[in-house]
Amino acid sequence: MSKSDPNAPKRLALIASKGTLDWAYPPFILASAAGAMGWEVGIFFTFYGLTLLKPELSAAVSPLGNPAMPMKMPFGSEGFQNINWPMPNLLMANVPGFEAMATGLMKQTFKNKGVASIEELRNACLDLDVRLIGCQMTMDVFGFKREDFIKECEIGGAATFLEYAADADVQLFI
Amino acid sequence: MDTINEDQVLDCTGLLCPMPIVKTKKAMNELQSGQILKMIATDAGSPPDIAAWSRQTGNELLLSTEEGGKFIFFLKKA
Repeated sequence: MSKSDPNAPKRLALIASKGTLDWAYPPFILASAAGAMGWEVGIFFTFYGLTLLKPELSAAVSPLGNPAMPMKMPFGSEGFQNINWPMPNLLMANVPGFEAMATGLMKQTFKNKGVASIEELRNACLDLDVRLIGCQMTMDVFGFKREDFIKECEIGGAATFLEYAADADVQLFI
Repeated sequence: MDTINEDQVLDCTGLLCPMPIVKTKKAMNELQSGQILKMIATDAGSPPDIAAWSRQTGNELLLSTEEGGKFIFFLKKA
């Protein structure tokens, strides 16, 4: 009960509801930053966000239906790298391997710029004792088992998260 | 300007948010109270972020400066 103790650290409660590469970043960035500031942090992984608790992360990004997403090339001259490549929906929807290519380009661009990978950020969160809570209901719906997820996470439901969030200073749904 | 003698140096050159503060926190864990960490970063977001980190953690930011395209911070462990 952080609120009953005025000396308790600040608390951040996050819901991670999306499992794509681009949406995997915000919860892990905010959680590791808050943990580094000495805050208590918990992330509730629900719906598509639950796959971010798998031992092997396979988060991908789809430019389809993501019209503001800039497509950048991670190689070539600086001028070439700064070009935003327009990608017609027809191309994205119909070319096999397009999503894999877009994911590869985003990962390489992020790496070149010095952004940590999702794996690194998740490990940083574990080092900082961030609570990672997997949603039981989502597990049941999608047919996951406890052993499909990293051993460091715990499993809970809406009440588990709400009790934690009720005493949080910052709550965000991502 | 008085010279600050650091006890430890942490180079976060090339790293983007949030790694500079994550690594700073880790480096600070190794220091004793009163010891000083010199942190070097190239992330343009680090001056406001390190200032916020300092306020949130109570570790004093003695100096925040820029030298040759690099941001340099001196942090004293609380």
